[in-house]
Amino acid sequence: MASITDPPSESFKLSQLLSDTRYRSYTFQFIALIALIAAFAYLLSNLFQNLAAAGLDISFGFLSEPAGYDINQRLIEYTSQSTHWRAAVVGVLNTLLVAVVGCFFATIIGVLVGVLRLSNNWIVSRLMSVYVEIFRNVPVLIWILIIMAVFVSVLPQPRDFRGEDASASMFLDMFAFTGRGFYLPRPYFTAEFAAGATGWLIVLALLVGSFFGARALSKWATDTQERTGDRPTTWYLTLAIWFVPLIIAMFVMGLAWEMPELKGFNFKGGIFARNSFIALTFALAIYTAAFIAENVRAGILAVSKGQTEAAASLGLRPNRIMSLVVLPQALRVIIPPLISQYLNLTKNSSLAIAVGYMDVTGTLGGITLNQTGRAIEAVLLLMLFYLTISLTISLLMNVYNNSIKLKER
Amino acid sequence: MKKSVFIGALALAGVSGGMAAAGTLDDVKARGTLNCGVSTGLVGFAAPDANGEWQGFDVAVCRAVAAAVLGDASAVEFVPTTGKTRFTALASGEIDMLARNTTWTFSRDVDLKFEFVGVNYYDGQGFMVPAELGVSSAKDLDGATVCIQTGTTTELNLADFFRANGISYEPVPIETNAEAQPLYLEGACDVYTTDASGLAATRAAFEDPSAHVVLPEIISKEPLGPLVRHGDNEWGDIVRWTLNALITAEELGVTSDNVADKAAAADPATPEINRLLGTEGTLGEMLGLDAQWAVRALSVSGNYAEIFEDNIGESTAIGLARGLNASYTDGGLLYSPPFR
Repeated sequence: MASITDPPSESFKLSQLLSDTRYRSYTFQFIALIALIAAFAYLLSNLFQNLAAAGLDISFGFLSEPAGYDINQRLIEYTSQSTHWRAAVVGVLNTLLVAVVGCFFATIIGVLVGVLRLSNNWIVSRLMSVYVEIFRNVPVLIWILIIMAVFVSVLPQPRDFRGEDASASMFLDMFAFTGRGFYLPRPYFTAEFAAGATGWLIVLALLVGSFFGARALSKWATDTQERTGDRPTTWYLTLAIWFVPLIIAMFVMGLAWEMPELKGFNFKGGIFARNSFIALTFALAIYTAAFIAENVRAGILAVSKGQTEAAASLGLRPNRIMSLVVLPQALRVIIPPLISQYLNLTKNSSLAIAVGYMDVTGTLGGITLNQTGRAIEAVLLLMLFYLTISLTISLLMNVYNNSIKLKER
Repeated sequence: MKKSVFIGALALAGVSGGMAAAGTLDDVKARGTLNCGVSTGLVGFAAPDANGEWQGFDVAVCRAVAAAVLGDASAVEFVPTTGKTRFTALASGEIDMLARNTTWTFSRDVDLKFEFVGVNYYDGQGFMVPAELGVSSAKDLDGATVCIQTGTTTELNLADFFRANGISYEPVPIETNAEAQPLYLEGACDVYTTDASGLAATRAAFEDPSAHVVLPEIISKEPLGPLVRHGDNEWGDIVRWTLNALITAEELGVTSDNVADKAAAADPATPEINRLLGTEGTLGEMLGLDAQWAVRALSVSGNYAEIFEDNIGESTAIGLARGLNASYTDGGLLYSPPFR
């Protein structure tokens, strides 16, 4: 007959922290942590002492003083009387613009090149190999400088468009491609209720609505297919959902185009894409695309050939095999390294000053730092910004990665 | 292991930060060379010649200081700095002095904690445009694209000038003078703006200088001079009085040709020359140098007038007139306190 006894009550003695293997590692880790904190505290206080001794104090007050300098490309209202903080924000927006546009084109070019590099056509695949090797193995700064130099020296300058016997002329009287940048027609709305940003908000709302409409349509088509086995033809409906509301809205709001015109030293009016912006974005896009192409190629090769053959034996055509069988599986391999390519592109955009593009390194980390002499503060803010933006990109891409990765049940 | 190395490196960085405050004069003597910050290349002011030797108006100041302190005009390590890197280089102790056509302003002197030791060139900001544009005044520049060196006072002056005149412009920021030249020549900007002396030097380097005009407007005061860090007054005095020695020597007629003769023996008729050249009084000792310091400084490339004429004067390609930079005895602004 067994008697049930209570387990011995947990008694904890302080000495157990050292003698008991269950707790000992915690003790040592705790001590190490305290030592580490103390060391950093010492180093920080040392830094502040030395800064104070050198007559420097950490203060962010300069951010609210007028900047005093002008910035050429500004996505928000900014004059030389605005504050250094606003100048920094203008720089941040310029950085984000280059990063977003650069990542967009890098992805398109990269995927295209990566797929083409696996082409059965010998010339195409070799050409793509040459592209990848050339762009991957020359530093991006050199590419930025080369593209800018070619841009400036090959394209005509605004002064070549002037006079009776001008050596250059506008394309279709709408586009001017000059060494200073591209001048494009700018759409705007003439209707009073849609003046300024309102009109564009309406357009944005319509596009979002169309997106969900198109998705609902696609879902309906899939449901029908599962029920009846036939997929209804929807492409004209999709087109209608995307374009009909937009065209009606454009008509109601009175869409008009502002054409660039040569006035004085420069073209006036229209949209102006600066040479520095184009050169920087283009260089970053094609450089990063070379890396992305390799990721894509690796991802596709990682899908076993049996998958392709199985799909082919089911009667799928080659492009359907690529889009329905190979790419969805390849994406799982492609996305994680793609994240780091996006991060690289964003961080490489800090080379902008080489072509005079005013990104955040150029405004906050360049002119503001120089005019105020607040090097430590400015660099700290810069680090914080790049850290934030990089972590945000990582987060977004990881969310996407989780949504496509193999669902294990 | 890795962590401890990292902490050690941090600690070392902290300690070495604390040591930078020692006397610059002792540092320079111990090192045996003077670290002098100059521009990355502005012909006439500071640029390496065909043999890789740095030459120029600002370079001459560096060499004079090196000769005064170390007795060797070639014991200079020239550190090329851009408009953006120059102040960090000086504040961090990477260079001992900065002679890089730098404008003396209130905030640089007071807020950035530098010591301007004097003015070696009185300048003002000007504009250069291609002659074919037919522009005759800076006020006609509405809508122009302007190339500008970033991190300079010219950037702020430019913003002020265009705002005050209610005209618009498109700034193209550029890191160095060398990068600005091709952009301007290719027509990527209509106008290049910097100090008038820099414009003259840049224009002189063009294939066809006559195709470019410097507009008459001078929109700012730009007193350019050498500077050192705040707080080391002994070192500041040495640089200041070496510059003053060059200016005073012109006034007193001491040149690189006759300085050796005049320093050989005291001439009772010229007491100030005697004090300058150390044959009378103990001025050199007061500076912490020997009596011959100014003789050595003047032997390198002569007095202020000689340095000016050799590097940027009217006989050179740059062709600048003395103008404001004449001695006060000739109606200019150069005026050194007395050597007494």
